[in-house]
Amino acid sequence: MGAEISLSDLSPGIKATIVALHGGHGFQRRLRTMGIREGKTIIVVAKQPFGGPLVLEVDGKRTTLGRGMARRILVRWEG
Amino acid sequence: MKRIVLMGNPNVGKSVVFSRLTGANVIASNYPGTTVDFSRGRMKLGGETVEIIDAPGTYSLEPSNRAEEVALHMLQEADVVINVVDATNLERNLYLTLELLERGIPVIVALNMWDEARHVGIHVDERALEELLGVPVVPTVALTGEGIKALVSRISEARPSDRIRPVTEDERWVTIGAIIKQVERVEHRHHTLWDRISDMTITPLTGIPVAVAVLLFAFLLVRLIGETLITYVLDPFFNSLYLPLIERLSEWLGPGILHSILIGEYGTDINFIESLGLLTTGLYVPLGAVLPYIIGFYFTLSILEDTGYLPRLATLMDTVFHRLGMHGYGIVPLFLGLGCNVPGALAVRNMEAKKQRFISATLLAIAVPCMAQTAMVFGILGPYGFHYVVMVFFTLGILYLVVGIILNRFIPGESPEIFLEIPPYRRPSIRAVAKKTWMRIRWFLGDAIPYLFLGVFVVNVLYVVGFLQWLGDVLSPFMHMAFGLPGEASIALIIGFLRKDLAVGMLLPLGLSAAQLVIAATVLTIYFPCIATFTVLIKELGIKGMAASASIMVATAVTVGFILRIILLGV
Repeated sequence: MGAEISLSDLSPGIKATIVALHGGHGFQRRLRTMGIREGKTIIVVAKQPFGGPLVLEVDGKRTTLGRGMARRILVRWEG
Repeated sequence: MKRIVLMGNPNVGKSVVFSRLTGANVIASNYPGTTVDFSRGRMKLGGETVEIIDAPGTYSLEPSNRAEEVALHMLQEADVVINVVDATNLERNLYLTLELLERGIPVIVALNMWDEARHVGIHVDERALEELLGVPVVPTVALTGEGIKALVSRISEARPSDRIRPVTEDERWVTIGAIIKQVERVEHRHHTLWDRISDMTITPLTGIPVAVAVLLFAFLLVRLIGETLITYVLDPFFNSLYLPLIERLSEWLGPGILHSILIGEYGTDINFIESLGLLTTGLYVPLGAVLPYIIGFYFTLSILEDTGYLPRLATLMDTVFHRLGMHGYGIVPLFLGLGCNVPGALAVRNMEAKKQRFISATLLAIAVPCMAQTAMVFGILGPYGFHYVVMVFFTLGILYLVVGIILNRFIPGESPEIFLEIPPYRRPSIRAVAKKTWMRIRWFLGDAIPYLFLGVFVVNVLYVVGFLQWLGDVLSPFMHMAFGLPGEASIALIIGFLRKDLAVGMLLPLGLSAAQLVIAATVLTIYFPCIATFTVLIKELGIKGMAASASIMVATAVTVGFILRIILLGV
């Protein structure tokens, strides 16, 4: 069992599992409809500098997500 | 008439399916949010004519931006829904499918990108899916047309599902999980070359140099195409074939008002830009000067759109756009606006917050010249030296940033972060690119020529009645004080409301210095949008929003014009 951290703290290239989504109801729905759901394996492909967005990969599909939004996603690091 | 509405997540190929079904052409690209409004078309279905509606993409039936609101609105008019689903992305696409089925609307599912799914090792059992959903499911490859016939032949089988009942959101995800388990099998796949390119273009360290190279290459390609067409096709045509024809017509007509309107002032040399006749300036500006660059621009843009590069650029640029009160998607209205501000202003709809839309639209109108105007600026300033052209665009670029930072500080409201799907890279098909370029050229011609004719006509009439001379005199002190320009330059500002390219051309006969031309061309971009853009902006921002935006434009134009005057002409 790895530690639970926020997605924004996950280093690029490391696999993790999404544990929980925080934030408003509408926001959580948007995350899920774009494939970011509890139980999914997630990798941070790239982190843009200066607090820029993260590029994520879930199910082989990529999504760009703002840093603040990524803070509301809790993942378990499988390291 | 029966109404069939195409619904689905963004970037699943609805517009391509629409074109296949109706034969009508709509713009389709490889990035989410290409369609921001609906298009209507017709097709024959079993001897009956039905209406097909292409709606913007949406992830769910709870809209999160204005484009999604349009989609929801179209759903209310639907007799039948064709739910276009991305087979490579089935799980998340099914959320909308279930929402549609729960509403009890007759639905047929097009399982699109079937080829790509197989290619990446995703196997979907479409019969089992059909069984579980309780509505027809047809695999399609809209880009090649595969499966479209089968889709059409089964539209009549579309029905409300007897398997799916309204449930809560959590239960819906449970249902989706159960369905996916039964119908989808995913092979393990290795990183392909495209994946590696994708990584490279989105990681900041390599992505930013690549972006600079791509943009530079795009710019050079536009110029290369534009200048080649002018040198080898349009200049020879206008100078060797068309000019003698017009000269003969001129002699035949003799002096008089008809000559003034059709060709220009009698007895002076015919000049395609300065003569201001319908058959000289009215035709040469759109066809001889602007069209070549329009072709170059839209060819290049279509390639950028269809590869899927734009969302990656949006990701890399997000931090910059965030400082301007938008997010990375703001690059899309900016890029489209460089061709024509109208589609740029429409693309603003993809942004979630009012503040973002206002800033994006205002900056577009202030600092983004359309290709028609750009071509004319190159045309009139180029001969004085390329650095004068650079001055205009450098000023506008700085302005985009500075006004953006200021607006971000003073416009109230939230500015949500970017949340954007990155589509896979696709090789653009030459046919699709050519078709799309051609569609946009046709729009340009259909739009530009009437307004140019109107512009030339209005100028002639106003000259004859003496209004323009009077106005030039009245505004002369202001124009001189503020911008260091003669009073007549105000005439170009008025005509700029109709067509900016024509307005830039009207600066030529004033005998301005290169520095004055730089000031005039810059002010002409900033002060106000053309009538076509203005109409769209009123719709997008509302009267009040547009009034606020317009005041910012005018204030900026005066300020920047004055600063340029001080810098370039001295006090």
